[in-house]
Formats: sequence, structure tokens, C-alpha cells
Amino acid sequence: MCSYIVEKAALVGSAKGRKGWMKIDTANVYFDHPYHSTLDHVLAIDFTNEGEGGRDRVAVELSADSARALVDRILAALASGEVAHATPAPAVPVAAE
Amino acid sequence: MSFYQGLQADVVSFRGHNGEQGEAYYARPTRSGKFPGVVVIHHIPGWCEWTTEVVRKLAHHGYAAISPHLYFREGNPGEAPDDLGARIRAAGGVADAQIMGDVAGAMAYLRAQPNATGKIGVIGFCSGGRHTYLAACTLSGIDAVVDCWGGNVVVDDPKLLNAKRPVAPIDLTEKMTCPLLGIFGNDDANPTADQVNRTEAMLKKLGKNYEFHRYDGAGHAFFNTLRDAYRPEQAIDGWRKVFDFFDRQLAASASSIAAE
Repeated sequence: MCSYIVEKAALVGSAKGRKGWMKIDTANVYFDHPYHSTLDHVLAIDFTNEGEGGRDRVAVELSADSARALVDRILAALASGEVAHATPAPAVPVAAE
Repeated sequence: MSFYQGLQADVVSFRGHNGEQGEAYYARPTRSGKFPGVVVIHHIPGWCEWTTEVVRKLAHHGYAAISPHLYFREGNPGEAPDDLGARIRAAGGVADAQIMGDVAGAMAYLRAQPNATGKIGVIGFCSGGRHTYLAACTLSGIDAVVDCWGGNVVVDDPKLLNAKRPVAPIDLTEKMTCPLLGIFGNDDANPTADQVNRTEAMLKKLGKNYEFHRYDGAGHAFFNTLRDAYRPEQAIDGWRKVFDFFDRQLAASASSIAAE
């Protein structure tokens, strides 16, 4: 695309980069020419902490198809994980007759 | 004289927009003599390894070449250029005016070297092709430019214009003061073949000195040996067009001197 178009996602979490673990608050997401990949275009994500200046990042460059597959797997993992780790509903006390 | 010429390449300091000091990659032939200069404008992802290869290729062909690191203000010397590019992208990019100031500063660096002929060309790739077109229309002292698949020279979506990029380069064509060579892949999506045709129509209508070369079987960035988009046959012919053009416009014949 040769553009600076970026989608920003607010995040709560952590990422491990060159300096170890860091808190992150933003994902900058874009589909454009890569820096490292040999592909013409990539879905790139930079995980950063803009609240701390956004200078460090954890970066990925993914093919469009694999990015879509990743979105699908993220949703699948969330769906199955949230079921598996769901907090049991509190027991309802049986009223004494 | 050996067929293959030596060259020297290094990271140098130059004064860019507003006199700010930044890094640039510079290469020149090591033989004695004077050489025309070429500014290389890198693409949006940043000051990448392939850009340095282009600078050395130009030096191999008898030019003193420099590629200013257009994102140097975002970091400290030694920080990875791709990380600086990511910060630039997150901030919405660099203003055209700042890039023009950096290109002018790189031109001044070339002209200040004792081995300079004083002739200056500019070549840019992708977004750098767009910046090259802008430079031809807004900077003085350029003798020839090469736009390699510059996208957004024609702006069909007004949302792409903003405070940092206020004008579509094609709307400045009347102010173009130097010869232009354009290299394009017919499979490119930005610029499309139609946009290339519209740019050519504008150049023709205004009587500008230009030549365009379009390649079938090639898309965006087909010179880039580090990408799947690389098309060797078209790239070899395209580079020949580039050096023929620079030799005609900038020198008696820098390439032939290098090959003596």
C-alpha cells in the first residue's frame, strides 16, 4: 500500500521482547510492505506500551492467510478456554423446609 | 585499469531539515576523479539493508550516492531502523516538508564533497518514488530524477491527504524542473497501470521531459532482491534504463568511466 494507515487496538497484557517482559497497552496493526518478510504485503502487528512512550515493541509480520488463520485460532482458543476455566456458578442453598 | 572498481561505503552524518543532524549511508568510488551524486530515498518500512545495496550499486557504477535515514529523529544512533519505522508509522508518518528538507540536506552533503561534479540525481522506491516526484517539483538544484513505482502520486481517495501530506504530487507537475524517468510494474496495485497512465498524460500535457518504462510480469518492488516480488529479467533491464538515464543526464558517462 505504501501508506501509513494503521489500526490501533487497546490491549491489556504483556509481551516479551528484546529487554524481557513488558506491559503492553496497544497493538498497531497494518497491512503493508514488510521490513523483514520476503512477501509483497504482510499483516504486521507491533505490540507496544504507548503509555510509556511506545519505544519498545514486539513485532510480527504475517502472510494474509496465516493472519486470518491466527484470528480464527485466537477466537477458538478463547471459546474453549473460557468454557474450561469458567468459574462454577455459586451453589444455591436449598431452603430448609 | 581493472574492470571492477573499488568503492568505499560508510555511515556518515549529514544536516537535514531545519539543520538537524542525522545519519546517512554514503558510498563512492575509491578511484581518483570527480563523480556525479545521487540521493536514494528509502521506502516506508525504513532504512533497510536493500537500500544500502542500492547505494553501493550506484557507487559501483561511478556515482557518489547517499541515502539519508529519514527516520533518524525517532531514535538514538544505533537503534534498529525497523523499530524507528514502526514508531513513525504509529505516529502517522513523516511530513512531506521534512522529507524534502532531508533530501535537500543530502544533496548539499554530496555537493560539499571534494570529488563531486556538482550534478545531482535523485532516485526513490515505493513511497520514496513519490518523494522523488515531489522533489522534482519542489526542490531546486536537481538535474534528474528516477521514480521507481512511487505510489500515491495520483491520489484518488482524498482521505489520504492530510496535514503531513497535503498535496497530491501530480498536482505539482507543472513545477517539475528536471528530466524524469519512471519505472513501473504492470501488475502493481499502487500505482495501478491506470494511475501510471494518468501521470504520463499529465507530464505529456505539460510538455515535461520524461520517459516511462512499464514491465509485464512485474508488480511492486520488482528490483528488490530480498523480496518474492523480485523479477530478475525485468530488474536487469530496468537498472540498465536507470544507468542509461543518469549517464545521459548527470555525467559524460559515469558508467563508462567506471568500466574503463
